[in-house]
Amino acid sequence: MSIALEINGETLQVEAEADTPLLWVLRDELKMTGSKFGCGIAQCGACTVHADGQPIRSCSTPIEALAGVKITTIEGLGGEHALQAAWVKHDVPQCGYCQSGQIMAAAALLAKTPRPTDADIAAAMTGNVCRCGAYQRIRAAIKDAAATMSA
Amino acid sequence: MNIQTKLSGDRTGLAPTRRDLVVGALVTGSALLVGCSPMDLLNLGAKKLDFGAFGPFIKIGADGAVTVISKHIEFGQGTHAGLAAIVAEELDADWSTVKVEQSAANVKVYGNLLMGAQGTGGSTAIANSWMQLRKAGAGARAMFVNAASAKWAVPAAEVSVKSGVVSHPSGKSATFADLLADAGKITPPAEPVLKDPKTFTLIGTQAVRRKDSQVKSDGTAVYTQDIHMPDMLTAMVAHAPLFGAKVKSFDDSEALKVKGVVQVFKISSGVAVVAQNTWAAKKGRDALQVTWDDAKAEKRSTAAIVEEYKKISAAREGSKPFDVHGDVATGFSGDLTNFGFDFPYLSHASMEPLNCVAQVDGQKVKLTYGCQGTTMDQTAVGMALGVLPGAIEIETLFAGGSFGRRASPSAEYVVECALIAKKIGGFRPVKLVWDREDDMTGGRYRPMVRHDVAIKVGADGYPAAWRHTVVTQSVMKGVPMPQGKFDASAVEGALGSPYLKATPVVDGHVALADSPVPVLWWRSVGATHTAFVMEHVIDQLAAKAKIDPVDYRRALYKKAGADRHLAVLELAIEKSGWGSALPAGTARGIAVHESFGSVVAQVAEVTMKDGEPCVGRVVCAVDCGIAISPDQVAAQMEGGIVYGLSAALFGAITLKDGTVEQRNFDGYRVLRHNEAPTVETYIVASGANPTGAGEPGTPVIAPAVANALLVLTGKATASLPFVKA
Repeated sequence: MSIALEINGETLQVEAEADTPLLWVLRDELKMTGSKFGCGIAQCGACTVHADGQPIRSCSTPIEALAGVKITTIEGLGGEHALQAAWVKHDVPQCGYCQSGQIMAAAALLAKTPRPTDADIAAAMTGNVCRCGAYQRIRAAIKDAAATMSA
Repeated sequence: MNIQTKLSGDRTGLAPTRRDLVVGALVTGSALLVGCSPMDLLNLGAKKLDFGAFGPFIKIGADGAVTVISKHIEFGQGTHAGLAAIVAEELDADWSTVKVEQSAANVKVYGNLLMGAQGTGGSTAIANSWMQLRKAGAGARAMFVNAASAKWAVPAAEVSVKSGVVSHPSGKSATFADLLADAGKITPPAEPVLKDPKTFTLIGTQAVRRKDSQVKSDGTAVYTQDIHMPDMLTAMVAHAPLFGAKVKSFDDSEALKVKGVVQVFKISSGVAVVAQNTWAAKKGRDALQVTWDDAKAEKRSTAAIVEEYKKISAAREGSKPFDVHGDVATGFSGDLTNFGFDFPYLSHASMEPLNCVAQVDGQKVKLTYGCQGTTMDQTAVGMALGVLPGAIEIETLFAGGSFGRRASPSAEYVVECALIAKKIGGFRPVKLVWDREDDMTGGRYRPMVRHDVAIKVGADGYPAAWRHTVVTQSVMKGVPMPQGKFDASAVEGALGSPYLKATPVVDGHVALADSPVPVLWWRSVGATHTAFVMEHVIDQLAAKAKIDPVDYRRALYKKAGADRHLAVLELAIEKSGWGSALPAGTARGIAVHESFGSVVAQVAEVTMKDGEPCVGRVVCAVDCGIAISPDQVAAQMEGGIVYGLSAALFGAITLKDGTVEQRNFDGYRVLRHNEAPTVETYIVASGANPTGAGEPGTPVIAPAVANALLVLTGKATASLPFVKA
């Protein structure tokens, strides 16, 4: 099918099978490879993007469900977002593969909860696995970014 | 790691050519090429590397910016930054502008000096590069100093370098860029003078931070999964549902109807579906009908394997001694205290499932991927394709974790990709994608292990005689490395333990079981189970003797002369507030273990929450020699602890009639944000050469938690994971 997707503020016309998950359209068709493939069943969060501001798992969201939905990916965050600066400041990434998803989940959290507690962070981020175990730095970086953004 | 002995190749009916014979000779160690060193043989076919005036590890641009060439992959451990900092320190480069590039595959130039092959593993990246890169940096520095000395007509001894600027007390000064042409003409000293570590200004400071955090935070870091090349195809493979099964027949009629599927064919490891993109490859594979020949497959369930290991252990069937000392014949008379432990298969479960990009056109082969076992991969692919190993070009990318998984001696996923690319031919790029299910059910697990320990306790409460039997599959089976009398990696950590050293009579044996389930090194290898057994046994003995477990350890470390163990123990005790009051329902546990040359002590504070152990605070003390980047050593302790704790709490790959029961993260539970402890890391000040950091934090947490649970619940732990599915 041919579908118009609104990604990072641009309307992009995409040719793909209707059941194709957004992740594979982003990665294989649009060559936007920041969102990662980790599990394919919405269990690890590496593919997290925003749909109308809500964090979703792009590996399990077919494009046919996304007409008229505003999608934001890690590429749309711009590279200098307060979260990204905090990630660099704390040297959060190790292998780095999950971090796009972590940052997108954190960005959705801060949009809703500008000064999250540890419990808020745990609740919002539990769907995002990091096998390198950078969890405590992620927690610190989210709080740091929250402080910067609220200042 | 010394790839000169026998290697099991994956030959797929290729007629032997003269080149095959050369490859075969090389991997079987035949005398065909008498006079060549193993390195020459492994490098056969390699292109001559064209590096510049500053040697294979340093490039300096016209702007004076220094690029350090890393022979090791970066897959999380901060290796790139650590290696670059070694060079920058001795070169007195401007650290803020230092960049890192990945080296080519070339075992002679970029071999791991502790392995005898090119590759990353065993927590050796920093340790094996330490003197090599110090010399490279110091040599380049001498070239700049001598160039300035000649240009300014001043004695070299009066020239100094700081942060990329060369200067003389007279006021003369020049940047690396200014002196680049002159310095490049100077022959570096054969034995450059190295700094006294006491004068280091970069190493050991908080300034040594990662170089890749930005690209790993904005989505631009490139992993294998991200590779797109013109005309590239994507392949997925239908793998056998049972280990050891082979393709009997297949029907590709439905698969070929899937839009985007290009070709379907059999390879040695299954049936490959090659498509225009990943989703088409997956749908094509889902539509395939494959019949498997499972005559030689593993069909047992986990419980049966556990029972078999117990039997082998009890009878010490085919066992070999790993540590036997004292009067074994009489040492065990009287009452013995017995312990038994069972450990499951574990998946590495890296975030990036295995993948590889290959291009093949006859003898021309290029691989692009997160390559960990460089020489092993070149050798295995060389065998499979009939190509000289050195001729196989490898571009190494970041990998989304590995924890040992990408250093597979059979290089099965790399070979699989190369065989598909060969069939496609024409140097057309093929990306092989394993999905999570392929990765998790694909074997190469941390092996199952059984330990039986029987101890005669002396009148003083300390072990007088220690009998120890380990049963496991060997990760070294078929590995092209020298095989000793027994697989030391199966018992490392029991072998060499200060507790065994302090025990007058020891009878330690290891027996190796077999199975078609392939096994592999998994972050900290033998220590994943030996640390648990040694440390949990010690706390149970201390409890029996009514001695504080810290005092119990102190006495044994003193007896064994284990000064480094003692030092990390004392540091962890001090920082954790050992012995101070805790809230009701919380208990502390301690464990200490040496692996990969480093000694780590951890104190874990544990509560029970909803019937599961919950770890709040972990205090970690580590002696890893000189810590090049204290922050990244801390990161490795934090990450190593999470990795070890995840496995200890939840990790288990189980078989039901041979089929792996965990296929994805829904079945293979891993530690998440809400379960992550807060880790405090303290590094023992040391002037010794650096030792490992990537692995030694991992094996210590499980016994620390078990020892806390012993206090909290009064119950000992006899098998992992703590939380049974």
